[in-house]
Amino acid sequence: MATAAAAAAGVVGHGHPPTTTGLEHRKIAIWAFIGSECMLFTSLISTYLAYKGRSVTGPFPHEVCNPPQCATTMQPILDIPVTSVSTFVLLMSSLAMVMGLAAVQNKDKPGWAGTGWWARIQESSRIWIMMTAILGATFLGFQAYEFTSFVHEGLTIRKNLFGSSFFTLTGFHGAHVTVGVLWLLTLYAIDVRRGLGPKDALLVDIAALYWHFVDVVWIAIFTLVYLIK
Amino acid sequence: MADHSQSHAGHAEGEHAHPTWSTYWKVATILTLITVAEVWIYYIPAFVATKLFVPSLLIMSAVKFAIVVMFYMHLKYDHKLFRVLFTGPLIIAAATMMVLLFLFGHLFV
Repeated sequence: MATAAAAAAGVVGHGHPPTTTGLEHRKIAIWAFIGSECMLFTSLISTYLAYKGRSVTGPFPHEVCNPPQCATTMQPILDIPVTSVSTFVLLMSSLAMVMGLAAVQNKDKPGWAGTGWWARIQESSRIWIMMTAILGATFLGFQAYEFTSFVHEGLTIRKNLFGSSFFTLTGFHGAHVTVGVLWLLTLYAIDVRRGLGPKDALLVDIAALYWHFVDVVWIAIFTLVYLIK
Repeated sequence: MADHSQSHAGHAEGEHAHPTWSTYWKVATILTLITVAEVWIYYIPAFVATKLFVPSLLIMSAVKFAIVVMFYMHLKYDHKLFRVLFTGPLIIAAATMMVLLFLFGHLFV
C-alpha cells in the first residue's frame, strides 16, 4: 500500500528505476505539461480580453446590439444560466475524479470506506471513473448546444472579434475536455478488463491531474469571459 | 462510517497524506457555494455598477482555482518540485497577461 501511496505522490517506489530527483518521471512530466498548458490558455484568454469590447459588429456578449451595428436589435448572446449549470457539472466531475482516485488507491483495503450501500459505491472505481466521463460528456453537450445556438443567432468564428476569440478559446477548452473524456473511458475499459488497483494509482492520478486542470481553466474562463461584463 | 483517511504510516520522502473523502465533499460544497455567489452578484445591477463587482469576481475565481489545485490536484500535499513546475509557468503567464492587457489599454487607463 505504501508503494501505491508513494506512486500517487509521485515518489519512485520499489521496482522502479531510480531517478535523479527521486520522483516518478511520469508525474514530473504531467506537471511540466500542465505548466505549459497554463501558458497556452493564458495566451488564449489574454487574446480574448485584449479584443474585448472592440467588435465593430454584433452580436455582443453582454450588450444589446442596435442598428446600424446589427441589422436588427440583438440581445446579449451569452446565456449565463445555462453556462452556470455546465460549470457546476464540470466542478462535480472533479469531485467524482478524486473519489475515483481514492477508490483505486484503496482497492487493496476492503471495507476502507466503511459499510453499507454508500461505502460500496465509494469503493467502486468503475462508478466514479464512469461518472466523471459522463459529467465531462454532459459539459460537452452543453457546449455543443451553446455553439449551435450562437451560430443560429448569427455569431460565427468569422463574424467579429468576439466570435473569433470566443470560439477559439472555448473550442480549445472543449477539445481538451474531449481528450479527457476519451482518456477516462480508456481507464474505465482497463478497469473493466483487468481491474485497476493500487499499482495503477499513478496512471489514474496523472489522468486526474489533467482532468482537474481542465476544470481550473474553466473556472477562469467562466469568470473572465461569462461573468465580467 | 469508518475513518476514510488515506494517510499511511510510512511515507516516503516528499509524500504526504492526501485528504479524506469528507474533505473532498467539503471542497465540492465550497466550490458550489462560491459559484452560486458569483452568479448571484452577476444578477444584482446595483452591485454590478459598483467598482467592487470585478474585483470580487476575480477574488472568488482565484479562491476556487486555488482550492482545486491544492486539494483536488493535491499540490498542497505533494512534492515541492511539482509546485514549482506549476506555479513557475503560471506566474510567467499571469505576468504576460498583465503586460498584454496594459499594452492594449485595458489596464491603468
